[in-house]
Amino acid sequence: MAVLVNKNSKLIVQGFTGTEGTFHAEQMLAYGTQLVGGVTPGKGGQEHLGKPVFNTVADAVTKTGADVSIIFVPPAFAADAIMEAADAGIKVIVCITEGIPTKDMITAKSYLAGKDCRLIGPNCPGVITADEAKVGIMPGFVFKKGRVGIVSKSGTLTYEAADQVAKAGMGISTAIGIGGDPIIGTTTKEAVELLMNDPETDAIVMIGEIGGSLEAEAARWIKADGNRKPVVGFIAGQTAPPGRRMGHAGAIVGGADDTAAAKMQIMRDNGIHVVDSPAQIGATMAKVLLNK
Amino acid sequence: MNLHEYQGKAILKTFGVAIQEGIVANTPAEAVAAAKKIQEETGTGWWVIKSQIHAGGRGKGSIIGIDQRGVALAKNLEAVETIAKNLIGNTLVTIQTGEAGKVVNKVLVAQDVYYPGISEPKEYYMGVLLDRASGCNVIMYSTEGGMDIEDVAHNTPHLIFKEKIDPRVGLQAFQARKIAFNLGLEGDAHKSMVKFVNSLYKAYDTIDAEMFEINPVLKTSDNKIIAVDSKVSLDENALYRHSDYALLRDTSEEDPTEVEAGEAGLNFVNLDGNVGCMVNGAGLAMATMDIIKLSGGEPANFLDVGGTANAERVEKAFRIILKDENVKAILVNIFGGIVRCDRVAQGIVDAYKNMGNINVPIIVRLQGTNAVEAKKLIDESGLKVHSAIALQEAADLVKQVLAV
Repeated sequence: MAVLVNKNSKLIVQGFTGTEGTFHAEQMLAYGTQLVGGVTPGKGGQEHLGKPVFNTVADAVTKTGADVSIIFVPPAFAADAIMEAADAGIKVIVCITEGIPTKDMITAKSYLAGKDCRLIGPNCPGVITADEAKVGIMPGFVFKKGRVGIVSKSGTLTYEAADQVAKAGMGISTAIGIGGDPIIGTTTKEAVELLMNDPETDAIVMIGEIGGSLEAEAARWIKADGNRKPVVGFIAGQTAPPGRRMGHAGAIVGGADDTAAAKMQIMRDNGIHVVDSPAQIGATMAKVLLNK
Repeated sequence: MNLHEYQGKAILKTFGVAIQEGIVANTPAEAVAAAKKIQEETGTGWWVIKSQIHAGGRGKGSIIGIDQRGVALAKNLEAVETIAKNLIGNTLVTIQTGEAGKVVNKVLVAQDVYYPGISEPKEYYMGVLLDRASGCNVIMYSTEGGMDIEDVAHNTPHLIFKEKIDPRVGLQAFQARKIAFNLGLEGDAHKSMVKFVNSLYKAYDTIDAEMFEINPVLKTSDNKIIAVDSKVSLDENALYRHSDYALLRDTSEEDPTEVEAGEAGLNFVNLDGNVGCMVNGAGLAMATMDIIKLSGGEPANFLDVGGTANAERVEKAFRIILKDENVKAILVNIFGGIVRCDRVAQGIVDAYKNMGNINVPIIVRLQGTNAVEAKKLIDESGLKVHSAIALQEAADLVKQVLAV
């Protein structure tokens, strides 16, 4: 089962017929994800990749029983797509789109408040439950089935961590890419909490970046929750200069509290196994989990 | 995207925010003409000449080689000309520019607003920004204007107030009143502040700003509330709906190599170190910089090549990294997920051959789909390229190369 998505998840793709949507829909189908259709306004009634296309998410939900959606809609329309999915009753909304205006995300996030749904992203690689469902753009083969969960702000660094964990003799339950934007639907703490409560996850890799306070918040929660499962942590950007944006819109050191050093210290103080080098994630997890 | 003070003020004014009036000048002659015009319009006999660069601390900063501050008061037209001559074309060093400083291309000639009157002038601080934790905009303000807000936050945190704006309803009247009361204002000054706050937030919301910092906000001796300075930053992701503001970008304020990289679609930040790097993905790129540091080097740059690391992009990236003469080695770190490593390896080999002689050692770490084939391709290319698959191997190679 793991968390968020599994083999019973029924997925629709918003922005189904576009280049990105088409390419990744094919990849997700090949992985074995239960993809039941997609939405492209104006193309309702057509068929794409052998699946039905709908004009609205509401139509798609009614006709297919979809409960998960992945969004590949261009930035100008992506916040609207998120709200449409929430309105239609989608439970897990994964938004891949990068470059959504902050103002639009403020609106979308406040629209989602109090609704029975969860947004992952935007600007994220998505979610994968190994051997069950891939709802994202990650290379599926890297995520060998196992009992380690991953929470990460970054795409390729998530693949790196999953690969190291696999090469060190373990595997992945669910990997959650929460995204690198200043406003995201699911925080580090919320994603970690899901994995802490998941009976199929024994340990967690938590990967953060400079900027914001999500990792500190998660670290404090992990300790308050009694350090129930071992957590290996890494913060990217130890060498990033203050005031410069490092690729991700949210990755910018504003004050003393959101530097990598400050976050790593808080994580250590709260019982997380922090690695200085991203090359040591797998080895450290093996030490912690397998006593190797 | 950062704007100059004069650009920010011009935008604020269109939203009804009262500002210290001024005219931008490119030459000392233009500065004098501007001073005369402002005198006609406002009656001022004194002017403030302000360097227009994208950095704070201008008032305390000084021009290299001349006894001249970056912001100065002129009490006659001769002084306007002298100060403008001292500033324009010269290099200003402030606490935010670094030692190299920034060349002043323009000055803002502004009215003097600290004139005597029925009450004492008083400075405040006001900023608008995103509160990431709550996902709301927040108006941050303080009675302690005119100084570095980080110092105020550190020394007297109780003098900083925050007003969160509920995105569902926007700024409410009681909130603007509360701000004016908390700043200790009454009578006309109170009314002016309420109007100021409302106009300022309207501007922030409408133009898709990312950050406003008005320091100081001034209560003049005749109880007007005006923006004396403006630091305005716009959300680049929203510029598509503000094409007029997109034109305000001043690339002369940016690192030329970063501008060139941006035009090529590469996400690049220039740094001071000796090991260049080329990576796919922002998080992995930052992690790679960290690896360089842990291996005894210093990162010379941040560079995210994105998902399509083909020969053309790789070559462009190599050329950009090699513009920096301090670069002693380059670490390429690609995690090939959807993109196949052997394709990336071929791109690197083609780019290398196309460029002829590259005089610094290159370490290529390719992991993911077809990583083994990729390593073989690099190893058999006959080029002076070290190859690795595991990240730790790459780190060790960096150490080795730097030790030579």
